[in-house]
Amino acid sequence: MTKHRLFWPAAVLVAMLLANLLFTPNFFAVHTKEGHLYGSLIDILHFGAPLILVSLGMTLVIATGGIDLSVGSTVAIAGALACLYISEASDPGSVSTVLVAVALALAVALVLGAVNGLLVSRIGVQPIVATLILMVAGRGVAQLITDGQIITVTSDPYRLIGGGYWLTVPFSVLLAGAMVGLTLLLTRSTALGLLLESVGGNPVASRLVGIRAHRLTTLVYVASAVCAAVAGLMISSNVSAADGNNAGLWIELDAILAVVIGGTSLNGGRFSIGGTVLGALVIQTLSTTIYTIGIPPETTLVFKAAVVITVCLIQSPQFRAKATRRRTTAPGGQQPKPASADSKVSA
Amino acid sequence: MNTTLTARLRGQVPLLVTSVLLVAMFSVGSIQYEGFFSGQVLLNLLIDNAFLLVVAVGMTFVILTGGIDLSVGAVVALSTMVSAWLVEKHHWPILVVIPLVLAIGTGLGWAMGWVVHTFEIQPFIVTLAGMFLARGLCYTISVESVSITDPSYTAMAQTRIPLPGGTFLSPSAVIAVLVAAAAFLVLHHTRFGRNVYALGGSEQSALLMGLPVARTRITVYAISGFCSALGGVLLTFYMLSGYGLHAVGLELDAIAAVVIGGTLLTGGSGYLVGTVLGVAVLGLIQTVISFQGTLSSWWTRIVIGALLFLFIVLQRLITARRHT
Repeated sequence: MTKHRLFWPAAVLVAMLLANLLFTPNFFAVHTKEGHLYGSLIDILHFGAPLILVSLGMTLVIATGGIDLSVGSTVAIAGALACLYISEASDPGSVSTVLVAVALALAVALVLGAVNGLLVSRIGVQPIVATLILMVAGRGVAQLITDGQIITVTSDPYRLIGGGYWLTVPFSVLLAGAMVGLTLLLTRSTALGLLLESVGGNPVASRLVGIRAHRLTTLVYVASAVCAAVAGLMISSNVSAADGNNAGLWIELDAILAVVIGGTSLNGGRFSIGGTVLGALVIQTLSTTIYTIGIPPETTLVFKAAVVITVCLIQSPQFRAKATRRRTTAPGGQQPKPASADSKVSA
Repeated sequence: MNTTLTARLRGQVPLLVTSVLLVAMFSVGSIQYEGFFSGQVLLNLLIDNAFLLVVAVGMTFVILTGGIDLSVGAVVALSTMVSAWLVEKHHWPILVVIPLVLAIGTGLGWAMGWVVHTFEIQPFIVTLAGMFLARGLCYTISVESVSITDPSYTAMAQTRIPLPGGTFLSPSAVIAVLVAAAAFLVLHHTRFGRNVYALGGSEQSALLMGLPVARTRITVYAISGFCSALGGVLLTFYMLSGYGLHAVGLELDAIAAVVIGGTLLTGGSGYLVGTVLGVAVLGLIQTVISFQGTLSSWWTRIVIGALLFLFIVLQRLITARRHT
């Protein structure tokens, strides 16, 4: 059972949830109030929904061996655009205004994702660098859109996206669930997932066997930008405001962390969407736990650092080789020493 | 001989472009704005960006080996925090605090380099963990900003070193220039410097040539850690406070300065002078925007992004031609 890919992320999540039980005995209690579900578990899902979405897009990018640092900026731009449109509209409360605002944000995300994708696939820029451009410039653009202010909107249909409830469940959770489901269907029931993994494993070989590697690479950056834009809409809708400076700040790091915890290798070539969702929930649970226990929330970063380094060490073949060698040599202690020197040279 | 000469010139194209850009920006600024064309405006570039220059110098070493260090901004913040905390709350003397801070930064850098090398984890993710750790440690010391009133620190902040023509420099600017000069010597005139380029060019070849790959890689991260800590010390002089939110996004500025300076992000090619010019370009953008007065500060980010785009595409064109 420990061999299963999802065992470790799931185990960490369960352990963290149980740890919460020690501090808050009614942690698992879920009750309905005014026809809405309430409780710590619901909160984790509700506040974790944007991170799940961003991580979902990030998983696809990382599967092809890339990385997308610009998602935080895309989150800010999408929220800023939608809020600006709604606040300038004559009828901010109407459904059609909100639909146009959402469409506008998604259209811009398509363009941003396509720029990233083309830079990586056609011009051949390293993914970190290509997306760094938008990461730096994007925050400036978001602040340009909001004119450095925080735009507040009062629009019930817009509020639904990130703060509303539908069938007693937070709408954002349903939306994130639907997008995860759609991605699972597209990648696992069609050949798309296999193609992505092959591009991540070896782009040149994939192209030679007839896979349109360039097009697929462009596509994953577009998908990542669209996921980030939807997350941006959720975040701005939840607080009914757009903040070009702070919306989605550092979410790219959390998303990469979620993907890594979920067992997707940063080298590309394989990915696990279920693992990513678990990883995102682990991070959200960590944040929630720290709030409920009463540790200053800023120190979350220290815990995150510990989690990143542990997960990476576990994933590193070199570390596993060292750890297991130490374990096997401990009783006998007669393992010849030069073995370690050899392995280092060949690595 | 002719081909090697042209190859060498081609490597200097980004450097040339940056120099032309710098001269053009300064000329346009001088024509456009009154009081722009003065020695003090140029020296202020150095005074205001001393810490960025030091950090970017460290980043140059890492990027030349083909790595990246995302932890620099966080290490700068940690250095300001540790300095402020020890000086203000524990009244340690400045001569003890600064070496200690430098040691912490170097140690952190060394540790990250060791993990990168030993376990072959991507530098990106290791230094990301370092970034989380350093920022988190800031907050475990204090969540609030700690201001410094210690006389030796305020003296460092206020000292003006007079230069001919009625201009002046700050001690921090002098330190930054010395660091850049030392780095130039190490990178271009020592065996270690050659190893850095060799490692960035091809790790495999460097290994087969018998170069000390492990030592070089770990030292490079230690240098970056040291430079970040020193940058933190200079920022402490500049801000006279320690705060966990100091230097947020500094890693991006440092990477941008190195790239605009013409260093290839794949490693193995670039000049330290380029980084100095890159920092000057970033500083000049801010100066122009403050002289303009009507442009908002976020234009800085947009212009830096546009320049990054330009230079990265330029780099691709150059390297693509080299391979064919």
